[in-house]
Amino acid sequence: MDFLDRLLGKRKHLAPDIIDTAPLDPAMVEQVEKVALEKGRILVGTAQSTGLERSHNEDTLFVMQGNSEGEGSLPNFGLFIVADGMGGHRAGEVASAISVRKVAHRITQDTILHLFDEQNSDEIPPIQDMVRQALEVANDAVVERVPGGGTTLTVALLLGNYLTIGHVGDSRASIISDNGSKAITRDHSLVERLRELGQLSEEEAASHPQRNVLYRAIGQGTNLEVDVVSHPVPSNGYILICSDGLWGVVEEDDIQNIVLNSSHPQIACEQLIQAANAAGGPDNITAVLVQFPSE
Amino acid sequence: MSLFFLKIFDRITLLGNLWLVVRIMRRTTRTLGDKKASPTTSLGKLKPGITLQDRYLVLGILGSGGMSSVYKGRDLHFPNVTKLVAIKEMVNLAADPTMYEMIIRNFEREADLLATLSHPAIPRIYDYFTHDASSYLVMEFIEGKDLEATLREQDDYLPEEEVIKWAIELCDVLAYLHKHEPQPVIFRDMKPSNVMVDQHGHIRLIDFGIARVFQPGQKGTMIGTEGYSPPEQYRGEASPQGDLFALGATLHHLLTRRDPRAEPPFSFSERPIREINSAISAELESVVNGSLAYEPKDRFPTADAMKQALLSAAKKTGVLSSGATAAILQPSNEVEEIWSFECEDEIRGTPLVHNGSVYIGCYDNNLYALDAKTGEFQWKYATEGGIPTRPTAEEEMIFVGSEDSRLYAVTASKGELIWTYYTEGPIRSSPVISEGHLFFGSDDSHLHVVNMLSGNRAWRTEANGPIRCMPLVANERVYFGCEMGDFYSVDFRGELKWRFKAKRALTSSPILVEGLIYLGSMDWTLYALEAEVGWEVWRFRLGRPTISTPAHAEGRIFTGCADGNIYAIDARSSREIWRFTTEHQVTASPIIHEDSLYCGSVDGSMYCLDMRSGRLRWRFRTGAAITGTSAIDDNILYFGSMDKRIYALVT
Repeated sequence: MDFLDRLLGKRKHLAPDIIDTAPLDPAMVEQVEKVALEKGRILVGTAQSTGLERSHNEDTLFVMQGNSEGEGSLPNFGLFIVADGMGGHRAGEVASAISVRKVAHRITQDTILHLFDEQNSDEIPPIQDMVRQALEVANDAVVERVPGGGTTLTVALLLGNYLTIGHVGDSRASIISDNGSKAITRDHSLVERLRELGQLSEEEAASHPQRNVLYRAIGQGTNLEVDVVSHPVPSNGYILICSDGLWGVVEEDDIQNIVLNSSHPQIACEQLIQAANAAGGPDNITAVLVQFPSE
Repeated sequence: MSLFFLKIFDRITLLGNLWLVVRIMRRTTRTLGDKKASPTTSLGKLKPGITLQDRYLVLGILGSGGMSSVYKGRDLHFPNVTKLVAIKEMVNLAADPTMYEMIIRNFEREADLLATLSHPAIPRIYDYFTHDASSYLVMEFIEGKDLEATLREQDDYLPEEEVIKWAIELCDVLAYLHKHEPQPVIFRDMKPSNVMVDQHGHIRLIDFGIARVFQPGQKGTMIGTEGYSPPEQYRGEASPQGDLFALGATLHHLLTRRDPRAEPPFSFSERPIREINSAISAELESVVNGSLAYEPKDRFPTADAMKQALLSAAKKTGVLSSGATAAILQPSNEVEEIWSFECEDEIRGTPLVHNGSVYIGCYDNNLYALDAKTGEFQWKYATEGGIPTRPTAEEEMIFVGSEDSRLYAVTASKGELIWTYYTEGPIRSSPVISEGHLFFGSDDSHLHVVNMLSGNRAWRTEANGPIRCMPLVANERVYFGCEMGDFYSVDFRGELKWRFKAKRALTSSPILVEGLIYLGSMDWTLYALEAEVGWEVWRFRLGRPTISTPAHAEGRIFTGCADGNIYAIDARSSREIWRFTTEHQVTASPIIHEDSLYCGSVDGSMYCLDMRSGRLRWRFRTGAAITGTSAIDDNILYFGSMDKRIYALVT
């Protein structure tokens, strides 16, 4: 797992939003994207920003994706994670970084490495159980090593034509297509719960002083209840995973428009970050966007 | 065995911090973040054989968590008898002197509070002391088991009678605490793990770690246990009504076996007790609901009032006197029978409705054709074995497999033989038609693919055991399981694409929904497999084996099981939505029509349930077990029973 640690370790020291990125030639991007999607490939974009009000970044993201072609080729696979840390004294970024490492390590070991087995093993547990355990392992690590810290974590594991999503907290995974945008995770926030109960209106919830209070997060006790759902890959659609620095700031319709109208998921992610910062950038912003070809 | 469940919130409680993650505060310095000491340094350090204060001999550890441990000990001041005590140890890790002092003060407050209480359901406190960085509380040792362990160790629902008895005792002790002078005591952490049932069967409240002297009008800290806590506790308010909410939440958990910590807060109304556990009386359900109202003012005003309501519920249903609830038997059928037709032996197969006729196989070896509207006999075709399968049809041809090892093609209008195909074992797998071919399994351990028109074999492929399920043909693949638990995905040339292994037989037929294959197994499991590569996405543990073929509607998977239940399971998250309990095994397969689910049971009844809630709509009794699946056509429900009859009912 050295390569994972290297990847993640490196990421920790980067401040992605201050790196100068040379703008890509849009015509070239469009052409590359067209070729890739025609070949049935998956395209991925990521972007992150500290925002305009926070002094440091507590979000962590991780992306890994595999393609294989040829007779007897491997199915598509990928691992996409967003974690939004919380807690003073840098506990937040440590909690989110540790959690992402633990989850990536565990899922890679338990599921992705099995792709390379020559023979099917009969003893592999269900994918949903493995995703759930990965978040539990992350929880134990944060409880033990980062007192006072916690993090949300939303992970999507792509295997073949299925996505399995593990989720705790109020980062969100949404499926976006021409038919609209649909969140497939449920926010574990008190305000969202009160809104579901009809105690708060949409508008009241959006401005509620306690909208940051979570009732479930990684690192808040030894018993963690993880939401796990499986979802078929959206044909000719997207999955967006983002922290509340994006969805809490930019309207759902605007997010959808940016995603559907941009030429590449990477460009869409950068535009999403810009939109959040244009709206004040009150929090750290992280977006991971995966585009799937049509069947 | 005494179990003290230690709250993970102890450390937070002692530090007077919030257990909720208040992210708006994340830029401010949090006390917990200042600590340098590792929280694992000295917890649970007491080894058996150590004596504390020259008096308490440590015998062993009972439990450990957060910042405290509980030991079983012996009081050496009673040398001639074994007097057992429970010793709660709390390690003070605060580096800051003010914080250190506050922790000791909070600890002594808990001890003082407990010492002033005197109630049979509250453990007595004998002693407390502080030694080095640890504080100790010496308490009555309770022989028994907490309710969380009770729930965990039992597979079945707890009897209403028992739960109601505990509930009344819990109301008694809450009433005592709430009436405490000079100030009421709010327990604030009612949950199954904080309630012990002692060896005499009486309840005892344990762990007063966060119970505190209540000062009216003062806002407290937000503490408590997620899932059981009342809504106002999130606002920092603690009141007697809050304890009643938590008691209601505890009772809801005990009665439904649904852990509220695994559900969103305050979502009890989404899980009505009687929809999950239909054995519970409406009276008890309404008392529990009354204590779970969102607004404190809508709950019972006092614990005494709730106790009275429980007593009258118990009286009405007679649970406390009779000790058993008699099922209310409805002697007559509540649904109209359109017709029924008697064969000469048991019917275990499934009917097919095709062009106005019903076709069904019987253990008298015949395939029957009846008029679908009137039940009038049209023809029968005699095979040489029982027919446990479902016929299939294509225009003028009817196909059916028999235990005489043959598959027959007969004309739909007259029942005249067109061709016969021989396998080397009884056929208990229903044929399925695709691309002009019939796909079916046989006890000869082969999947057979036969040309529909000629009756000639196109190909066959061998499995590890007899094939009794109906194969699934989709995406140019054939999916089927066998009696040895192997599940195969082969292409149209019979070449294996992937294989999956269950622990026991796969008699249940697979279904495919949105790229996932669902099927049940004799190994007590319902599986969801990714269709392309065969990964197991989830599994759902059933109470017994199943041979029932799942049904799908509105994102839910429905299946019967030999544990007597019909289950509804969320297809995406694999969580149980409801279950309905019949009086015997459910080996038949459910079918969905509009918003109703129809399924027969070995108890002899056909059940119609509300697909969304699992509530019973009607029940139709036949003279013997129903093991086959039903068919619906033109709003008429058709099924066979082992009482030898075929029934047609109004849906």
